[in-house]
Amino acid sequence: MRTEIEKIKETTPHQDLTEGLMVFAGGTSKVVQTGEWRTNTPVFYAEKCKQCLLCAPVCPDSSIPIKEGKRGEFDYEHCKGCGICEKACPFGAIEMKGGVD
Amino acid sequence: MAIKGRMSGNEAVSYAIRQVNPDVMPAFPITPSTEIPQMVSNYIANGEMDTEFIPVESEHSSMSAAIGAEAAGARSLTATSSAGLALMWEELLLAASNRLPLVMTLVNRTLSGPININCDHSDGMGARDTGWIQIYAENNQEAYDNFIQAYPIAEHAKVHLPVMICQDGFITSHAVENITLMEDELVKDFVGEYQPEEFLLNPGKPIAVGPYSVSNYAMEAKKNQEDAMVQAKEVILQVAEAFEKISGRKYGFFEEYRLEDAEYIMLIMGSAAGTAKEAVDELREKGKKVGILKLRVFRPFPAEEIAKALSKAKAVAILDRCESYHGTGGPLGEEVMAALFRSKVSIEAVNYIYGLAGRDFTVDHAKEVFGELESMITKGIRPEQFQYIGLRK
Ligand code: SF4
Ligand code: SF4
Repeated sequence: MRTEIEKIKETTPHQDLTEGLMVFAGGTSKVVQTGEWRTNTPVFYAEKCKQCLLCAPVCPDSSIPIKEGKRGEFDYEHCKGCGICEKACPFGAIEMKGGVD
Repeated sequence: MAIKGRMSGNEAVSYAIRQVNPDVMPAFPITPSTEIPQMVSNYIANGEMDTEFIPVESEHSSMSAAIGAEAAGARSLTATSSAGLALMWEELLLAASNRLPLVMTLVNRTLSGPININCDHSDGMGARDTGWIQIYAENNQEAYDNFIQAYPIAEHAKVHLPVMICQDGFITSHAVENITLMEDELVKDFVGEYQPEEFLLNPGKPIAVGPYSVSNYAMEAKKNQEDAMVQAKEVILQVAEAFEKISGRKYGFFEEYRLEDAEYIMLIMGSAAGTAKEAVDELREKGKKVGILKLRVFRPFPAEEIAKALSKAKAVAILDRCESYHGTGGPLGEEVMAALFRSKVSIEAVNYIYGLAGRDFTVDHAKEVFGELESMITKGIRPEQFQYIGLRK
């Protein structure tokens, strides 16, 4: 029953789909650029950032990447613009702006 | 060695649950199914089984928890009746579309209103298009036997669909009758251990269950689900055959009671079939060629098989313990008539409504129905369609 998810396309006949459309892979949501659903966009002011990392864990879309203990620029391909990170930042290093970019 | 006992339908199903010992049972009490989680809890408290019982706050939650547990990889079960089933509505469809082989023991009770706690089939019939396999019992023995066959059907690779094991509220669930039980080991061997191929709590093999599906996929998924329901037909018969080998009791899609040369047939489901059989025996004494087709498997619907079994009769009375409120009878009436039409079986068919909200259905009622069928053929007196049996006028 286990099927490679990449082999399933919108032209796949019904017999070749997985049972109950089960997805046999992890992290598949990365493939789809859902950031385009956004209507507001967070802006990152690196100079105000103290790298306290309070913002990253509250992001529901894992769109604040952390490398070597430091947060970087937003992952705009997946950020939905919810504004939770702006509320979480104690140092005003995140500001929500209207629009997609 | 078979064990002779005396049990109510609820006791019989609970006994079978103890023998099968499923992994998880979330349940919320509702009359007349309440005794089932109660008895199972007793078995667990007494150390006679080790099912994880989850006392939830509603049936919406019991079905959700059963779905979650099943998806996680646990053999799951719940019990309910009437409004409890109605509250599960959304989840019933999810259990089926996510292809989760869980089992529910449904103790049939009318759906409100008027509010009433007694038997009819409006709860089960209301869920007839949710994608569940539905198997109905005439008595405690059948409820017990059907439950033991439930998981082998549901979990079969060609099926992977949830199964509802139905018995009539109070009439079967609370009345104590003789029963033949099987040894624990025999039941355990027959049902076997649950070994799902794919499940959530499976380290290193991540899956997503029930993902959002865009229009390019959803229709194909529904077709696959329908195909599984069709395939369930042969699996149900295979499981019944295997069950007969260990129990000596024979099951199929339906029971044919004195049908061999029957001219007038009553098609009926559930406990009232017992009453109807008594009427048939009395009428046969008087030389009347009458018989009963007692439907056991309602989903998948054995349309062609029913049409074939009725094909040599002159007339059939289709008895619905449920009103559909659309002016053309009940669900069994519709589906059986459609089956006859598609198989080009041109016999007279009359749809009756009986036993709503626990109204008695007697041997005399059944005889009157057979009398009406006969008058229709021999005297040309057409009975009224969709009439209520035993209605005060
Ligand atoms: S706006 Fe919302 S989605 Fe975007 S980075 Fe902030 S928390 Fe994450
Ligand atoms: S919460 Fe603010 S200050 Fe802390 S890491 Fe995030 S952006 Fe920087």
